[in-house]
Formats: sequence, structure tokens, C-alpha cells
Amino acid sequence: MTEMLAMRDAYGQALVDLGERDKRVVAVDADLASSSKMNLFAEAFPERFFQMGIAEQNMTGVAAGLAAMGFIPFTNSFACFATCRTTDQIRVSIAQPKLPVVIGGAYSGLLGGKTGKTHQAIEDIAVMRALPNMTVVAPGDGVEVRKAVFAVADYGGPVYLRMTRDPSPLVFDEGYDFKIGRAVLVREGSDVTVITTGIMVGRAVEAADVLAAEGISVHLLHAHTVKPLDEQAVVAAAEKTGLVVTAEEHNIIGGLGGAVAEVLGEQRPTLMKRVGVLDVYSESAPNDDLLQKYGLTAGHIAQAARSLLERRAAPAQP
Amino acid sequence: MSDAYPDERLAELANELRGMVIAMLCHAQAGHPGGSLSAAEILAALFFSVMRIDPRHPDWEERDRFILSKGHAAPVYYAALARRGYFSEDTLQTYDELDSLLQAHPDRHCPGVDMSSGSLGQGLSVGLGMALGLRLKAIEARVFVVLGDGEQQEGQVWEAAMAAPKFGADNLVAIVDDNRIQLMGDTATIMPVDPIAEKWRAFNWHVLEVDGHDPAAIVNACAAAERAKGRPTVILAHTVKGKGVSFMEDTHEWHCAPVTEDLKEKALTELCVRKMRR
Repeated sequence: MTEMLAMRDAYGQALVDLGERDKRVVAVDADLASSSKMNLFAEAFPERFFQMGIAEQNMTGVAAGLAAMGFIPFTNSFACFATCRTTDQIRVSIAQPKLPVVIGGAYSGLLGGKTGKTHQAIEDIAVMRALPNMTVVAPGDGVEVRKAVFAVADYGGPVYLRMTRDPSPLVFDEGYDFKIGRAVLVREGSDVTVITTGIMVGRAVEAADVLAAEGISVHLLHAHTVKPLDEQAVVAAAEKTGLVVTAEEHNIIGGLGGAVAEVLGEQRPTLMKRVGVLDVYSESAPNDDLLQKYGLTAGHIAQAARSLLERRAAPAQP
Repeated sequence: MSDAYPDERLAELANELRGMVIAMLCHAQAGHPGGSLSAAEILAALFFSVMRIDPRHPDWEERDRFILSKGHAAPVYYAALARRGYFSEDTLQTYDELDSLLQAHPDRHCPGVDMSSGSLGQGLSVGLGMALGLRLKAIEARVFVVLGDGEQQEGQVWEAAMAAPKFGADNLVAIVDDNRIQLMGDTATIMPVDPIAEKWRAFNWHVLEVDGHDPAAIVNACAAAERAKGRPTVILAHTVKGKGVSFMEDTHEWHCAPVTEDLKEKALTELCVRKMRR
């Protein structure tokens, strides 16, 4: 049985440990700290926690001001509001002056706890990735969240940190080396490459197991940092098999799939299939139903891999 | 502090800043004259009397902070910074040119610019963040944020206005350059913000109203703000858009418009005449 941990639980504890180690760390919330588990930080360091109420634009500006004073602020809201409601504040008050604010996006993707399309974030990676000076990190499990929290605090520039709500499988062990901008090779394989970001890495491991039973060997690369993308690792992974599936709980436009396609299109044209939300808004429903309907399960990743292998095997069209 | 002006010279200084603004805008053939001229006394009072700053050490940690939230008034900000000694007055000639420190809207990489601005409505939130940061560091400095009256139409201003009293941010001072005119016309027509003093009072701010072209009144209001403990102060500075240049006064036509050589000479003559009259 795979061990499970919610990213938000890992996040709350990591913030407390980080706050203990580094007095420059402060937290700014828009009334969602109990959801993201930032409330653990608030309880541990009340003097370094600023509750701004339901006012994300002001929260973002206040974080910029604190960063300008030499602090390392973490903002807090759901991923959809943290990015899209405050895009201009992030652009002008954080990204342009290159201030070291960590924009925390909780409840990203579709699984917001039966809240529906208003609270689901499927555009956040695309929007944040388009901002110059912005780094985009989407950890794959609770272990990686913890490593990412410490890494982004030391990074010294604007970061968007994308996380999820519900317990998800632990993929990584404490021992591996997390570096912003460095993709992680999860599994060596030879038939088809799968590149993931965020929570999809767990589903990709499951897909790789299913495919292995069918005699298909998956080369699995996890890009926890979508920007700057580890171009060298992406190109090498594409060269390894000649086929690339990307997988993300995000719109297929502008996210990881787009980023990988940009790199491969210029450096090593490769047959690709993007697994993600197919440019539609979703709905409110139980998690498993959403993942099934919107094409985000291990089965969808496996099917995408099979379809690429079939395309390659098919005789060339006249 | 040593290079600050005696208060009686601030009016004259404000007019000199206006002359520098006109020359800059003519040279660049771009920029915002109206809202720069209206803020001349505010900038003169802050940078030459009120604020504890050290142009030789722009990053001095104990300094007062300044944010020009109405970033389009950058020319008068640059004129004040140059005259105060943050950079040479020759640098003003590079305003709005490639690779210049003096961007059309203030950029944090310019000495004396504590925060980038330009997209209206954001400065007060950033100022509150700085005020909270100063308190956390136990630094007894203040944060001054200059807003436009039209800028108060941005919702974020009121998010920040709601938040600052919650934190008792008495080290935060907002100054509204209340020139009553915005890009397309009178603020009262485009989108009324009045009754503005009542609004700030209802948000639990310490509210002061002054003649924004009387430097001594601005200096006194900033001193009163320092004495008011437990809540932030907003100074509503009643001003005239385009102040000091007759054909630019009280009209939206000069919110953003290039200044020709002829009009520059006319404006500089007027500003000089006014200076002589004092």
C-alpha cells in the first residue's frame, strides 16, 4: 500500500520549520490559512503572520512591501485566486522589481474539495510562466513540497509555488537532491518518455507500472520546476525514446505540455501527446469522477503512451 | 538631512522643480505634465523637509520610505531626487530614454525609488507592507505614499485602506494629490470619489486636509501625522492640476501631452515670473 500525504499538511509543517530557522520568513494570508495549513505558521509565529482578509490584491502588495524591507513573504490563497485575481499586482509589484515573494497556490488543479470551476486552477501555470522573472514550481508530493519550501525561501526572487489539497501518494524519499530548475529522473525506461509536473507524477508512476505489465518500458522524468524548465533533461529524455507524453493537472495550453513542446520544437522535434485538461472548464463532483471525465488518471497517461507507440508503428501516410 | 531646505524656501524650490519637469517633458516629447505640476509642493516638502533620508546612502535601512503610487508623476519625483542629490541633474535629460534609470514610470533600480509603480492602486498596499516590516524590525521610520485622486477609483486602494487601521499602522502616511482631474475629464464626472474625507474617516484613518500648494501646511500635516498614534494618517492635499503654468492649469488636456519648444519657453517664463513675484 502506497503511503499517502496531503501536500498542504507537508506545507504547513515545512513553513513552521522554515520559520524557526529563518526569522526573515513572514506569512500573509487572505483568509485561507486554515485550508492551506499556513495556520500552523500563524500559531507558531503570530508576530510574523499578517491576516489581510478576503483581499488578495492588497495581500499581494503587502507581501511586496515586506519583501522590499528584506523579509521573505509567503502569500496564501487558492491557486486560482493567488494567480489570476492578482496577476497585475504580481506583475508590477513583484515580478518587475524582482522581489523575493513566494506566491503560495493551494488547491491547484481540479481537486478543490468539491468546489467546481470557480475554485479550480487550470490556468495558473500558464499565467505565471508568462511573467518574466517568475519561477514556477509544482511539487509532486508531500516530500517534495517540504524540499521546495526550503529551496524557494533561499532562492531570492519571485516564485509561484503550486500545491494540492488532498492526500496523494508519496513518490519521493527524503534522500534525493531537490534543486530549482533541475528535473528528477524517476524511472529509467526505453520505449516512451513521460514528463510530469505536480501531482501527476504519482499517477504517472502508476501508469508506468501498468505499461510495464504490458511489456512497455516508461522513461519517467518529473519537472517540479516548470520555469525555468530543465531543457537539457527534457531533450535527453526525448532522445532516449523518441516519444514524449506530458502530464499535468492543468490546461493543456500554456503549462508543462506547452513548455516541453516549445523546447522540443526548437531543439529536438519529437512526437508528443499532452495529457491535461482539454481547454474546457470543469465542474463540481467527487475527485475520482472529475479525474476520469477530464482525462487526468493513470489510465489516461497509459493510453496516451500506447497511442504514441501505435502512431510510430503505423506505416507512413502517403 | 544636511541638504534639506529651510521651509521658507520650499515654495521657490517647488517652482524650480516645475521648471525641471517642463524641460524634461519637452526633451522627451512625452510624459504627464498636469499631475507632475500639481504634486510639486508635496514632493518638495517631503524630500527637502519631512523625510529622514540620506541621498548619499539611498539604501540606509533606518530611512523613511517613499512610494509614488501615482507613478505617472515620475518627472517631478526625478526632479526632486536630482535636486536632493540622488543623481546628477544632467541625468534628467535621459528621462524616458533607452537604458535610462529614469523610466517613464518609477523603477526600483533608480536610486531613491523605494518601489516601482505605474499601475494605479498598488502603492498603498506596498506601503502598508513596508510599514509592517519597519515595525517588525523595530525601526522608527515612516512610509509616505502619494496617490492621485482619480487613483482612489481603484478597489485595491480601499482594500489597503481597510487593512492599515487594523494593524494600527501609524507609521504610514498617505497623501492624496487631490487635483480633481483625471485623464478624460473631471474626477467628479468620470467617477465621483467624494465625499472623500468621509470615506477615509469611515475607514478609521486620521484625516487631514491642507492646501497642497502650501509647503508649510504639508510639513505641519506630516508632523501632526507623526503625533497621531495608533492609526494611519491620510493628508488630502487640495491642488490644481497643471499648477504654475497658466495654459496647463485645471484642464485634463495636459494630463498626458508632449510639450513643444515654444510652449516650454512660455511655461518657463511664467514659472520664472511667478518666482520673481514671491
